[in-house]
Amino acid sequence: MTELEIKGFIKVLTDYFLSVTGSPANMGVPFIKENSTEVFDYVAVIGISGSRKGGVYFTANRPLLEEIARHILGETGLDDATLYDLIGEMTNTISGNMRELFGSTFLISVPIILKGNIDEVVLRLKPPVYVIPIEWNGHKSHLAIGLE
Amino acid sequence: MKLLIVDDSNIMRRAIEKYLSAFNLEIVGNAGDGESALAIFSETLPDIVTLDITMPRMDGLSCLDKIMQIKPDTKVIVISALKDPATGIQAIKKGARGFLSKPFSQEEIIEEMKACLEDSE
Repeated sequence: MTELEIKGFIKVLTDYFLSVTGSPANMGVPFIKENSTEVFDYVAVIGISGSRKGGVYFTANRPLLEEIARHILGETGLDDATLYDLIGEMTNTISGNMRELFGSTFLISVPIILKGNIDEVVLRLKPPVYVIPIEWNGHKSHLAIGLE
Repeated sequence: MKLLIVDDSNIMRRAIEKYLSAFNLEIVGNAGDGESALAIFSETLPDIVTLDITMPRMDGLSCLDKIMQIKPDTKVIVISALKDPATGIQAIKKGARGFLSKPFSQEEIIEEMKACLEDSE
């Protein structure tokens, strides 16, 4: 991963939160993930193939997803299935938007929703894995990228 | 006018339906993959389809090919996270009426729908 590519992911994340919610998210300083994997309650992974190989995962807690869903649907009190669907869609959108930088040979899978199996996340990403911390409206989340 | 909504995300299908509720459209169905979409399409022959690309079982561009074979005057709005010019051009060449990249606003999809409806007049 180059600095330009990491900046590309940060731009896509920034644009996503601004476009969907109207308020920007703050991006922390990206770092390379160590062995211990911190994930929040909800995790979705996109497999990457084509010109690059590896994966991207996005992880967040319920309050963040509930607020994003409220912005999209105008509804509250959504069930777990809807929030898992949402995190899959967010990960898909962020990964798909990266085609603007990587081009059409950057192929993305459909989202894979992970429930509690952290090791499974680690296996899908190619080290080194870069983590971009995100804070939006007081809620923490992060995007992790591991691409050959 | 009959509308079919195709997206593998349930929340996006619901959002599209909500955003387009101001139009007097009959929603004939919604589908989460290309194969299901084709089955509903063949049965209901909608006038307008909103179509995602990255979906399980059959992707949106393959589905678009088949829709154009069945009913070439269908107005298809491709709505995708794949935000690169080549994908948009490919969709238009295959017969899509419009291309909208995710994330999109209610205003953007309303503009696309207005253009579709004007074309149909």
